[in-house]
Amino acid sequence: MAAASFTPKVPKSWDRDPLLKVDHLSMRFGGLVAVGDVSFRAGRGEVTAVIGPNGAGKTTVFNCITGFYKPSTGRLALMQGGPATMAELDALTAGGRAWAKTAAGATYLLERLPDHKVSSRAKVARTFQNIRLFSGMTVLENLLVAQHMSLTQAGLINPVALLNLPSWRRKQKAALELALYWLDKIGLTARADDPAGDLPYGDQRRLEIARAMCTQPVLLCLDEPAAGLNPRESHELNTLLRAIRTEHQTSILLIEHDMSVVMEISDHVVVLEYGRKIADGAPGDVRNDPKVIASYLGVEDEAEAVAVTGVPA
Amino acid sequence: MAPHRSDLWEREDTPPETTPAAPPVPPAPAADAVVLPAIKDAVASGVITGLLLLPLVGFRATESGSGPLTLTYRFGLVAVFALLVAGLRLVLNLTLWRPGRKIRDNRSAGLAALSAKVAPAARPAFFALALLYPLLAVTLSGGLSPSRYWVDLGIYILTYVMLGWGLNIVVGLAGLLDLGYVAFYAVGAYTFALLSTSVPLNAFFDAHVAEGFWASWSFFVCLPMAGILAALWGVILGFPVLRLRGDYLAIVTLAFGEIIRLVLINWVSLTNGGAGISSVPAITFFGVPFNGNDDGFAARFGLDYDSMHRMIFLYFIILGLAALTALVTIRLRKMPVGRAWEALREDEIACRSLGINTTLTKLTAFATGAMFGGFAGAFFAVRVRFVSPESFTFMESAVILAIVVLGGMGSQMGVAAAAILLIGGMEMLRNLSFLKASFLFGPDFDPSLYRMLIFGFAMVAVMVWRPRGLVANRMPTIFLKQRKAVSGALVKEGHG
Amino acid sequence: MDIFLQQLINGLTLGSIYGLIAIGYTMVFGIIGMVNFAHGDVFMVSAFIALICVLLLTTVVGISSIFLVLAITLVVAMAFTGLVSWAIERLAYRPLRGSFRLAPMISAIGMSIFLSNFVQVAQGPRNKPLPPMVPDVIVLMERDGYQVTLAYKQILIMAVTAGLLFGFWWLVQKTPLGRAQRACEQDRKMAALLGINVDRTISLTFVIGAALAAVAGVLYLMYYGVVNFADGFVPGVKAFTAAVLGGIGSLPGAVLGGLLIGLIETFWSAYFSIEYKDVAAFSILVVVLIFMPQGLLGRPEVEKV
Repeated sequence: MAAASFTPKVPKSWDRDPLLKVDHLSMRFGGLVAVGDVSFRAGRGEVTAVIGPNGAGKTTVFNCITGFYKPSTGRLALMQGGPATMAELDALTAGGRAWAKTAAGATYLLERLPDHKVSSRAKVARTFQNIRLFSGMTVLENLLVAQHMSLTQAGLINPVALLNLPSWRRKQKAALELALYWLDKIGLTARADDPAGDLPYGDQRRLEIARAMCTQPVLLCLDEPAAGLNPRESHELNTLLRAIRTEHQTSILLIEHDMSVVMEISDHVVVLEYGRKIADGAPGDVRNDPKVIASYLGVEDEAEAVAVTGVPA
Repeated sequence: MAPHRSDLWEREDTPPETTPAAPPVPPAPAADAVVLPAIKDAVASGVITGLLLLPLVGFRATESGSGPLTLTYRFGLVAVFALLVAGLRLVLNLTLWRPGRKIRDNRSAGLAALSAKVAPAARPAFFALALLYPLLAVTLSGGLSPSRYWVDLGIYILTYVMLGWGLNIVVGLAGLLDLGYVAFYAVGAYTFALLSTSVPLNAFFDAHVAEGFWASWSFFVCLPMAGILAALWGVILGFPVLRLRGDYLAIVTLAFGEIIRLVLINWVSLTNGGAGISSVPAITFFGVPFNGNDDGFAARFGLDYDSMHRMIFLYFIILGLAALTALVTIRLRKMPVGRAWEALREDEIACRSLGINTTLTKLTAFATGAMFGGFAGAFFAVRVRFVSPESFTFMESAVILAIVVLGGMGSQMGVAAAAILLIGGMEMLRNLSFLKASFLFGPDFDPSLYRMLIFGFAMVAVMVWRPRGLVANRMPTIFLKQRKAVSGALVKEGHG
Repeated sequence: MDIFLQQLINGLTLGSIYGLIAIGYTMVFGIIGMVNFAHGDVFMVSAFIALICVLLLTTVVGISSIFLVLAITLVVAMAFTGLVSWAIERLAYRPLRGSFRLAPMISAIGMSIFLSNFVQVAQGPRNKPLPPMVPDVIVLMERDGYQVTLAYKQILIMAVTAGLLFGFWWLVQKTPLGRAQRACEQDRKMAALLGINVDRTISLTFVIGAALAAVAGVLYLMYYGVVNFADGFVPGVKAFTAAVLGGIGSLPGAVLGGLLIGLIETFWSAYFSIEYKDVAAFSILVVVLIFMPQGLLGRPEVEKV
């Protein structure tokens, strides 16, 4: 593996306690290799950023993790509670099941789960590059839809709910409280009854994150959360993301182009280029990595690039 | 392909047809700058109308006995139509469509304000009117027997209100386009007709419960079964097709509707084919028959026997069924499943990212809609006491869908209004016999032929007039401080 | 074997007609993403126009050469049907372009109801029979009294279809109109920015689709010798099935689908049951859409997230 030389002797936090282990992930569309043999780890309780030039395959990696694409090859292990042992992971991989209880908690193989179960079972939530709010529903309704799973454990059409019995009303009230908590967090309480499609762009971004958080995820995947935000909104976003990490035990995986956001909030940066990983490490290390500089600033000679990165473009 | 997104773009960029006149055109253009183009336009449209009508109106292939077809000519009629169109366009171009004329925007705004004012009262008013309708019909028409037509019309309209509300769950809430809804209506009707006329069942209940038990109780037993069976069919038909999106789903449901109808026609041993099933038992007042006997409804309740008692009872049955549909829908919208339906209509991918099983959600919408279709079908069978495949053509599906779309997808009051307008309007068209007067078209004129012609034309015209239906706004299901209607422009229509 | 051969011939003939109608569906769907529900009725209208034209030419003008009559009828029917379709697009679809997706569909259904009832009112509800045209047949083989025949009109139908398809393919692939059309299919807004008159291109698409349906209508009238106002719906749905089977948006696919549907229908009628032939056609539609929504020659749709 090209990036192996970048893993120093002292184990990094994300290697010690990974929440998500991505192993040899490849995704081909017809003959096009969008992602080729990418492996990385996202640490528990950390902010992991995936960066890279346009077309590097970042969103494809995201779509594989969140179940929207079935990867061509590779393993995506999400370890709730604590890291699974090698033996546990191998046993799960060898068996046909999508998840297993482990000593530390439970481990899910995301590539074996349908997209909705990646969210409902493995507790991975995501946002989208082009915001996907329910624009004809109100802000509050958006946050309640997100709690669909916690409200429907007793089945989709639940007689207790149909008859509006007290036990149902309690549940409903709890859901409303969670929604209000997040409304307050993103500062949109005053606009709770407005349609989501009417909000300004920055508010829509934050609402989408709040909606994802209403599913109470262990891993929150953000696809370019700062895209199109002005500096003030970008700052508000950073505050929100930091709060999510510190107050909610939710780890964050984000794709971002805005280096100020990446450097400011992430603990760990993974760099992709042409579908391959070219660097992986703490933000400071990655920033000074010659391969990363070459990929972002360009190098004059193609041969030189190969010599520097060791990966033919 | 992401149709809803590009559509959104279109909406912003394609200005309505009226705007080209809006840029700095002088306030009152010179007379000949208006009149000349208007005349040109009138002549052109007259010529086009004439050409359009020439082959099929100007000539008629007439059968003459058993001999070959002969041509008859009606050029005069073509000329009349062409002149009418030309004249109408000329008048419109000089008045309403006159360039530079200020378009009053406040009309639609006024309509919206009016509907906002009326909306809270609409539902109670509708139900109160529906409850009192038989009484009104009887008093206004002057007696039970003369009110037959009006009560029957009420039953007829309410059946479509219920069907519209049922389909509204699928199309309006979940955003799934179903063109084969009539299949579930048929399943309900045939379930009841087949079970109630089944000889072994009748014999079984005669022997083990009471003589004539099945004939008098079968409707009440079969009604839930009709709903359940229709829902089951909804799941069976829905399961394979719900992966499809947009128009494909529409076509497959259309095909399913046609398949069910064709099977009903051809499976003669079960359904008696095109001849249909007759002598379906009449409805009873919970076991008490509506007849003139001593144990009949009239005698039991000390009334004079009148066949209208049965009609009025039927009216209240369909009113109850329709109300059930409405109430369940209102309740479901506030539950996770209903929210998931609407979320599905807004954005399916976002739904999946939130852990919603979209297949299951679509299936529940399909099944719930189908169930109400099944109820309505059983009611249809007990009302008409005869079922045949003729009653379940694609036209029926189209009419029900038109009611939902014209009503404004998702809005119950809109759907009810659309059902009254469309079905009532179609019924009014049946009474065009005044056109037979000698000074108009003469006694040979058959106005009923024009009913569907006008209906089709009205469907087009209404869509062009109000593409989003009568009630375009969406009412949120929950609110913190204030319930505000969501503008129709923001509400998506689904693409599944 | 002989029955098989006969059904093959019949199936290909029927399939040619379906294929011609299917092109109209596929083109309109390709360019504005809408199922033109009224297209089947446009086909029926064209058959009526052809009927009137044939009657006019044979009984009033008195042309005795049946081929001349058919040639003139073809041109007349194509012209008038094109005009009808242009008017429909202009009145019922264009005002709804870019609005709510269901609106044009309802409008199209309304138009379909309008057209069939218009013909019923204008021409009467009864079947309109014509004396048989081009009755000659070639006997291909004969065994035990069963003749396998190839009628001249069947040859005519297949030849006209093949010729038109070639011309049409040329139109779409090689002319500026075809280029504009393909550009509009890809991205209407960009096409407009590049100076393509999108409205006119869409109008022309409707006209061309209708003209091909008119050819189908003339051939249908010639083949069956009878037409009725209700004849639009079922052939329309079957042609749509054909378009979907071949892969909607794909022109060769529409023809291939048409031929397949024609063959399936005739073979089903011959070997299984004639009552269930429509059920067979609809079932194929369902099965194809479920297992192969992109059709035989269509491109698979990749979901964008």
